[in-house]
Amino acid sequence: MNILGLSNFLETYLVIAALLFGLGIYGILQRRSLIGMLISSELILSAASLNFMAFNRFLAPDPTVGQIFTLFIMGIAAAEAAIALSIIIAVYRNYKSIDTTDLVELKG
Amino acid sequence: MMSLPTPEDLAGLIFLGIVAVTVTGGIIAVNAARLIRAVTGLVICFIGVAGLYYYLNSPFLALMEMLIYVGAVCVTIVFAIMLAEPEPEKQVGKQNAIAGIISLCVGAVLFWSLAVLGTEKAMWPAASVKINDGSILDIGQSLLKNYSMAFELISIVLLMAIIGALVLARAGRVKS
Repeated sequence: MNILGLSNFLETYLVIAALLFGLGIYGILQRRSLIGMLISSELILSAASLNFMAFNRFLAPDPTVGQIFTLFIMGIAAAEAAIALSIIIAVYRNYKSIDTTDLVELKG
Repeated sequence: MMSLPTPEDLAGLIFLGIVAVTVTGGIIAVNAARLIRAVTGLVICFIGVAGLYYYLNSPFLALMEMLIYVGAVCVTIVFAIMLAEPEPEKQVGKQNAIAGIISLCVGAVLFWSLAVLGTEKAMWPAASVKINDGSILDIGQSLLKNYSMAFELISIVLLMAIIGALVLARAGRVKS
């Protein structure tokens, strides 16, 4: 198998998407600031879109389905980012911090 | 005598470069000590993902990725970092070392199991026939025929998100 022909295999894209997903999970667990966690969740969403696009290119009988699904994921991700960032700004206004170790008022 | 590289070889080289850009950007995005550098890593990663979409026969989605993610989402995150600036002396950051190691293990196990699942365990049967070639014309037609309901619904979702973001960000603001 030639390394220069990797772009023609479904498995290449699946491995890249799995790597992005793993990085995103690692980032969410390891970051302490809310914006860092949001950045990692964007990585997870783009891994999901990449999987949809790969299956769409190689396996789907109707090659528009995956593209439309990815477009909808993009729209939902944009809405989610806007809402999450305004929540983060509201939290910052109340606590003067976006660090999760400072937001422990409900901790028993 | 060395033969000249064929166009397919060049395309393969560019593909490897795009994969490297994606992975590097992702690693910067989760590992950078400062948030603004993490956002820069996210931008690099999204540019790489746009290149991967191009290789997946979808230049339209590649352009949308650049426009929406790089142009809108990342800029919004930069604005939020400017507004909710963490104290500079307190390095934004990471959990303690044990939690870092545990989360690294969780991420690595998930990556490894998904990669093995995708490459070795599963047999992916290809579709015998494609009913169109997935061009922009076909995307537009099926977006307004088969998926018109979802198309209308997502516009309502986006409108609600705009109004909700405004309300949330305004609440608790004191008049000075």
